[in-house]
Amino acid sequence: MSNKSPQQYWKRNIRLVLILMAIWALVSFGFGIVLAEPLNAIKIGGFKLGFWFAQQGSIYVFVLLIFYYVWKMNQLDKEFNVDEQ
Amino acid sequence: MDILTWTYIIVGATFALYIGIAIWARAGSTKEFYVAGGGVSPLANGMATAADWMSAASFISMAGLISFMGYDGSVYLMGWTGGYVLLALLLAPYLRKFGKFTVPDFVGDRYYSQTARLVAVVAALFVSFTYVAGQMRGVGIVFSRFLEVDINTGVVIGMIIVLFYAVLGGMKGITYTQVAQYCVLIFAYMVPAIFISLQLTGNPIPQLGFGGTVADGTPLLDKLDGLLTELGFTAYTNGSKGMMDVLFITAALMVGTAGLPHVIVRFFTVPRVKDARKSAGFALVFIAILYTTAPAIGAFGIYNMINTLNEKPVAEMPQWVENWGKTKLITIEDKNGDGLVQYRKDAAVNEVTIDKDIMVLANPEIAQLPNWVIALVAAGGLAAALSTAAGLLLVISTAISRDLLKNALMPQITEKKELMAARIAAAVAVTIAGYFGINPPGFVAQVVAFAFGLAAASFFPIIIMGIFSKRMNKEGAITGMIVGLAFTLTYIIYYKFVNPTATKDDWWFGISPEGIGTLGMLLNFAVSFLVSRFTPPPPQDVQDLVEDIRIPRGAGEATHH
Repeated sequence: MSNKSPQQYWKRNIRLVLILMAIWALVSFGFGIVLAEPLNAIKIGGFKLGFWFAQQGSIYVFVLLIFYYVWKMNQLDKEFNVDEQ
Repeated sequence: MDILTWTYIIVGATFALYIGIAIWARAGSTKEFYVAGGGVSPLANGMATAADWMSAASFISMAGLISFMGYDGSVYLMGWTGGYVLLALLLAPYLRKFGKFTVPDFVGDRYYSQTARLVAVVAALFVSFTYVAGQMRGVGIVFSRFLEVDINTGVVIGMIIVLFYAVLGGMKGITYTQVAQYCVLIFAYMVPAIFISLQLTGNPIPQLGFGGTVADGTPLLDKLDGLLTELGFTAYTNGSKGMMDVLFITAALMVGTAGLPHVIVRFFTVPRVKDARKSAGFALVFIAILYTTAPAIGAFGIYNMINTLNEKPVAEMPQWVENWGKTKLITIEDKNGDGLVQYRKDAAVNEVTIDKDIMVLANPEIAQLPNWVIALVAAGGLAAALSTAAGLLLVISTAISRDLLKNALMPQITEKKELMAARIAAAVAVTIAGYFGINPPGFVAQVVAFAFGLAAASFFPIIIMGIFSKRMNKEGAITGMIVGLAFTLTYIIYYKFVNPTATKDDWWFGISPEGIGTLGMLLNFAVSFLVSRFTPPPPQDVQDLVEDIRIPRGAGEATHH
């Protein structure tokens, strides 16, 4: 099996998605909910950090995650020669 | 000019714009009707998705809901945005590559089964109908509050407008009208927010003003925590829901968002797989502008409200209290007869009853903004309600003309007749939705919230497994979908209708009916996995289909087979 095979492409895709999903869960379920209380002890400007993640920060991270995924997948598509003309 | 004249001018101008766009973007083929010909740019599609997604509830009610819930309101903020990450990473690119028109199309083909297709059609219709009835009601409310017409007349006017551009233009007309509606609604939302942020904190950006300081130099949020605790409430930045419940509700809303048919179908309208990925990103940017502003409006609103009303003389209330008192959105009753207003947690001494919607609707008046800004809020609320209603109507008409007629009942139907059937279905659907808008059954509001849980427990797992597991077969998918739906529905019906007095302690693991969809989803995953291991694998051509949707090349435009 060559290392430019569709199986390899799929594996790389899954790995990227898993990493990004882990960050997705960390900022929302982690920082925004489970760890919100300890994080609230830290203050950034007028915000308690846990509260900020729950009502602002997690949403900004979500946006960044999607655009990083778009950028990375476009690279991957080209590398494996499966991009659309 | 007075508020009413301004409202007629601005609302009239936006309606003329929507109708003009609809005439320009008429649909000539089923492909244009279902997926706008598959040629929408990712930026335009992102904007249209945002307008489609943000309903009357997002625009009118969410900020107010958060201002009274404080930290607990985060479930809506994270829940209704986090779903787009799931869409972009797990669903949109593959469904676009699959290249048909609807979610039941995918379910039917991937699980090589008419039964699976029909279950999906029924679920899509159920979710969309409950949702659309709420939108028509929202249109009626905005009309009655701002244009001083009867709620029912408002609903009828809304129906005629939606009917006109949805029936004429299909997805193509809807998409371009939604782009215009997004611009109207975001402008209408941001203008008052910026003014108020500036007044309170001196910072024109609401997202920063939210963490800014008020006149005496203390941070707004600390001040708010102090005020609320003093009056007997929970501090603004602390919640009163259990952590488990917050986790489950957030997850149910996220997954539900990614499973809603009217959101998923939007990703069929772009030309390429990479456009589907990118357009999910744009959609979230456009949604995030409103969703990061809403909690700021919520905090400003409750702070302003307490400061203007609490311990102030009943006789000297500002003008907006009187204006909105007429609509019963705010009532003040001097229970202890001391001539002052008391706002308290304790119902026995509290003298202010306030509706959450007032935080957005009366915002411009509280901040004493010019009349045209108030009129703008009316146009924004209508744009939000109409764009969502139109998107849902399209799902309903497509489910009937394509999934039921073309793919199940009469496969020989010509394209022209199918297009006619789609238009008739849209017209019938708008009439039914209008009827429920005028005569809302008491359960609509509750059911809308549960539509997310049901979508999470049914669609999401089988679509995900359809893409990521080649081994998943029809036996697994159908059992999973039925078990997930039945479990979630039973739990909701039991705790909401049969035994509504149940408290936190009675709920399983402290999970409220709003969050139970998450458990239903996990159950669906587990059951379908198990069943599929003990039944034969899917046929070779289906396994090839799964291989094919994983690779972007060769997507072409959304087509018939």
